[in-house]
Amino acid sequence: MGVVQDNRRGEVTVRDLSKSFALNGQRLNVLRNLHLEIRSGEALAIVGPSGCGKTTLLRILAGLDLPDTGDVLIDGHPVQGVGTERAIIFQEPRLLPWLTVLGNVAFGLTVRGVTPSEAETRARHYIRLVGLADFEAAYPRQLSGGMAQRVGIARALTVQPEILLLDEPLGALDAMTKLTMQEELARIWREERVTMVLVTHDLEEAIYLADRVLVLPRDKASGPRLIDIDLPRPRDRSESRFVMMRKRLMAEFGLH
Amino acid sequence: MTFQSLDSSPAVSVEVPPGAAILRRGVATAQNVLRRYGLLAGFLAVWQIGSTQGWINPTVFPPLDAILSALWQGLTSGALLDDIAISLQRSGIAFTAAVGLAIPLGLFMGQIRAVEQALDPILQFFRQTSALALYPVFILLLGLGEASKVFVIFWATLFPILLATIGGVKEVDRKLIEMAATFGASRTTIFRRVVLPASVPSIFVGLRLSATTALLLLIAAEMIGANKGLGFQVMNAQYNFQIPQMFAAILLLAALGLTANALLVTLQRRLCRWADLTH
Repeated sequence: MGVVQDNRRGEVTVRDLSKSFALNGQRLNVLRNLHLEIRSGEALAIVGPSGCGKTTLLRILAGLDLPDTGDVLIDGHPVQGVGTERAIIFQEPRLLPWLTVLGNVAFGLTVRGVTPSEAETRARHYIRLVGLADFEAAYPRQLSGGMAQRVGIARALTVQPEILLLDEPLGALDAMTKLTMQEELARIWREERVTMVLVTHDLEEAIYLADRVLVLPRDKASGPRLIDIDLPRPRDRSESRFVMMRKRLMAEFGLH
Repeated sequence: MTFQSLDSSPAVSVEVPPGAAILRRGVATAQNVLRRYGLLAGFLAVWQIGSTQGWINPTVFPPLDAILSALWQGLTSGALLDDIAISLQRSGIAFTAAVGLAIPLGLFMGQIRAVEQALDPILQFFRQTSALALYPVFILLLGLGEASKVFVIFWATLFPILLATIGGVKEVDRKLIEMAATFGASRTTIFRRVVLPASVPSIFVGLRLSATTALLLLIAAEMIGANKGLGFQVMNAQYNFQIPQMFAAILLLAALGLTANALLVTLQRRLCRWADLTH
């Protein structure tokens, strides 16, 4: 029994989840009767065209939005609002401009009542992990977009979540920085052994980072599909199987 | 040739005597000072020369040395010190009371939408009503003494701070609040760690605006019904045709305004160091 309990760290179960929005007087079904099992320590990517509900699903997992029906279980317990076992990385870094890099990374711990000295010690570890050790004392205004996003990632990791929720975290970065950050994310995920749920519109990013890809179509009639990415890690973008997988995923969206 | 000239140039700079380097730095500083204060100095020079030479009427615009000696006399004899003290006291009490009421109230109102919506129309109405127009009302209510003077300044300084604080709180980035909430921050923690620091720059805009208004209203109030204070001295000197004394009081008022602003700017720099930083 104890072994089973241990294996359930960071496990997500989505049961019969539906969510709709009112748009110009019409009901718009964004998610309909969705079932999903996310395994402990798994990297799951959610892809789909804009308006398919991928961000909505992530916000429900985060506890920021409520579903109309259905529920989300984390390690067997239903989700009620935000929780300390989950951390979210947004598209924008959302750093507090009046705090230094160190202050921002320690923020998540200090709001939970961890003493500043202990929070800073733990924050320094993750600042090193994202490669910003020299910028501890810098203010967000002095950072580039990629560096600021690293701070956001370090802040989320510092609270040592079981589940890391990422909402298009690299969407606003330039192509070069994006590639580097994808490698960083792959490394961080491997080292931290967290469950990672990543919303992205970049199919290559999904294949590069994820164990499985959830494809959410805009047309709700066709239903979501799960695709296993059965490639060895670390992944090589130019490898033939990687290219094949990209073709297959693009075909899902009618792209060639 | 090129190499030679490249070689010789550092040699030349080494040969420059230290005195010349100091001189060059001195010239650069002087140029800076001239750029910044040249126009002001020119204006004062034209005043002084124009007044002594009779280009402008020296009874209306006395020469600067006469104004400065009147100021010196007023300060050394202690006559003006009383006026400065009472003026500082009036504006100081009013400003402090306005800050003490407006900032907490503004923080509260900005947080709670219903309160803000209910109070906004009446605030806008009061704000648009000139405090000077209300001064007779305050005199009727509080008499001609100190209370009405302090209150009219308080009234005029209250609204800029209050509205700036409400605006600051309302404009806090929702995304930052959401971020803090995802880390499990409570409402009070979010207020203390996100809303309050984010509002500080906006609050300072209100404070600086109010400091200027406080001096403006101080002078007006002292001109209408006072027998002490810098505003009274300006008026009194004019009645008695002591024009240098009048300008001395005006100069003191300007100095007071500059000092108040400089204090607030210094405080703002201290508290909002992060907002000044550029790449």
